[in-house]
Amino acid sequence: MKRFPLSLALATVLAFPAMAQDLRAPADFDSIEDQTERSAAIFEEMGKVLTHPRCLNCHPKGGPTQGDDMQPHEPPVVRGDADFGAPGMTCNTCHGAENFETTGVGGIESIPGHEPWSLAPVEMAWAGLGLGEICEQLKDPERNGDRSLEELHEHMAEDGLVGWGWEPGEGRTPAPGSQELFGQLTQAWIDTGAACPG
Amino acid sequence: MTISFTVNGEERSVDVDPDTPLLWVLRDELRLTGTKFGCGIAQCGACTVHLDGSPRRSCVTPVSMVEGSDITTIEGLSGPEAEAVQAAWRALDVPQCGYCQSGQVMSATALLQQVSSPSDEDIDNAMAGNICRCATYVRIRQAIHDAAKTLEG
Repeated sequence: MKRFPLSLALATVLAFPAMAQDLRAPADFDSIEDQTERSAAIFEEMGKVLTHPRCLNCHPKGGPTQGDDMQPHEPPVVRGDADFGAPGMTCNTCHGAENFETTGVGGIESIPGHEPWSLAPVEMAWAGLGLGEICEQLKDPERNGDRSLEELHEHMAEDGLVGWGWEPGEGRTPAPGSQELFGQLTQAWIDTGAACPG
Repeated sequence: MTISFTVNGEERSVDVDPDTPLLWVLRDELRLTGTKFGCGIAQCGACTVHLDGSPRRSCVTPVSMVEGSDITTIEGLSGPEAEAVQAAWRALDVPQCGYCQSGQVMSATALLQQVSSPSDEDIDNAMAGNICRCATYVRIRQAIHDAAKTLEG
């Protein structure tokens, strides 16, 4: 039996890194001639990120969830008036400015961290919604933090806490692709009319 | 790397790896063993200290994070809320095995410093991260209510 050459395997990995494989680029949608259809298709690609547990866990209707199976946060915590937990047990009781690798006991390899760290406001909750509903919500200033589409792009492409989704620390699956690619998709979606999937 | 901070009112400097958990520094370097190791993953609350006046799990706190900060441990906890909590704890025999107590007292005191007359819900929310393996939760809740009444005068 022939062995798969190591050099070929290495070249394959280098040519197609995982981050490029799991989120398509705007150009991959160029073949869709109808602009509105293309825009909606691009949003569906963005949906791979928007509905990823790294994003949904902090965009819940109630308290935060955690893990790829989106279980309720453990220890139990509440959203609180400022989306930052309850008096006496706010998010920064445990979460710091950076991810922190634990000693590894109990199956939790790291405590996620970023400055700032908080839940998305409840009006920006989209856990449990369909992709079309999320799309409409993202365009609604009353439910997107009073952002224009331009500001929405800035949030997606440059916000540090959004970016944490791709650098979530040991023991967590990163969001698909990269924040840069997600930003490009968001811009392409806006440029094609910001259409929503039906 | 030398990191300097205040512990229980005293300036302290330690020369350790900046990623060392604060709990290790408190117990092994500064010999303040009242703060306990329970889980190492911020699930039990036994390692709770106050960082600039707010509760913080020291087992998941890199010591580099506390440079220039003010740390209070169970050995240095003082003030009317702390005294009221400790008196209520003794009156109700809250400690059983006692292992979680320093963390419980740190969290309860911080709650009363922020909410002078907490409801059951306030107490449950603030204390949810402090596990008691003897399951004295009913006594803990009552003791916090009793401490709040003491503070009302």
